[in-house]
Amino acid sequence: MNPIVKAISAEYLRQEIPDFKAGDRVTVHYKIKEGNKERIQLFQGDVIQRRNAGVTETFTVRKISNGVGVERIFPLHSPFIDKIEVNRRGKVRRARIFYLRKSIGKAARIKEKRS
Amino acid sequence: MQGLIGKKLGMTSIFDENGRSVACTVIQAGPCVVTHVKKQEKDGYSAVQISWGDLKPKHASKAITGHCAKANTAPKKEFHEFRNPEGAEAAANIGDVFDVNIFNAGDFVDVIGTSKGKGFQGVVKRHGFAGVGESTHGQHNRQRHPGSIGACSFPARVFKGIRMAGRTGGSRVKGVNLQILKVVADQNLLIIKGNIPGYNGSTVIIER
Repeated sequence: MNPIVKAISAEYLRQEIPDFKAGDRVTVHYKIKEGNKERIQLFQGDVIQRRNAGVTETFTVRKISNGVGVERIFPLHSPFIDKIEVNRRGKVRRARIFYLRKSIGKAARIKEKRS
Repeated sequence: MQGLIGKKLGMTSIFDENGRSVACTVIQAGPCVVTHVKKQEKDGYSAVQISWGDLKPKHASKAITGHCAKANTAPKKEFHEFRNPEGAEAAANIGDVFDVNIFNAGDFVDVIGTSKGKGFQGVVKRHGFAGVGESTHGQHNRQRHPGSIGACSFPARVFKGIRMAGRTGGSRVKGVNLQILKVVADQNLLIIKGNIPGYNGSTVIIER
């Protein structure tokens, strides 16, 4: 990428991003505007991928809600994200754990990484 | 008509004041020196010629060097004429310098560039044809074909202008009504919403 273009987008980068990757369980604090009121919604689930780089980087969080799989894609540097909390480190061998979509119940668990 | 000559640097995304991610193109434009002013009575129309991009003196022809010397500037790479509307006289003099401050954030501009060359392409890519028929039911080998190009023994020829396969792209394209998101005056940058024609590094003309 052209260094000038990179510098332009660098202004929009978020500084305090915790270190997380696919397999980790995170809680995303997402700001929601309703009329002129603003509140914070939590979305907790497993990160199944991080993609792109720089200001366009996004990550996908998957959770099971009422027995239905729900996936949500967040732009990593979006100003709507208040905070990203890492709850648990997962032990996975892949950067993109899409196989989780096909596995149900016990098979859909991710082993915890113990350090 | 007012405008600048510049260079497409590349694309990225920024977040607007509503927090939404907007794809944008960064253009380095100006400063442009006025090298010639055409007048109604002398040239038959009124226009302002601007120039941009320094040329190394050893690469400049004597004609260009002399032309630019009249405006007291180094020889330039690119020239463009902005025509004034009928009856209006040019508001610029030779030697004037325009930079990105002639634009404001929120303005709508047109950007002219040379689109990326795509080589010899079929009608589906080149003209947006739908192709012929289906991929099953016994049909083969004409999924992306143009179909009929005319009638039979009358008129016994193919009409001029029938859209066919051929060289695609690499032509002058104007992107119209593009919004300026941001003007960075100290670096001569314009940030424009969406895409503009051409490769990164290619010359573009921004006009209002």
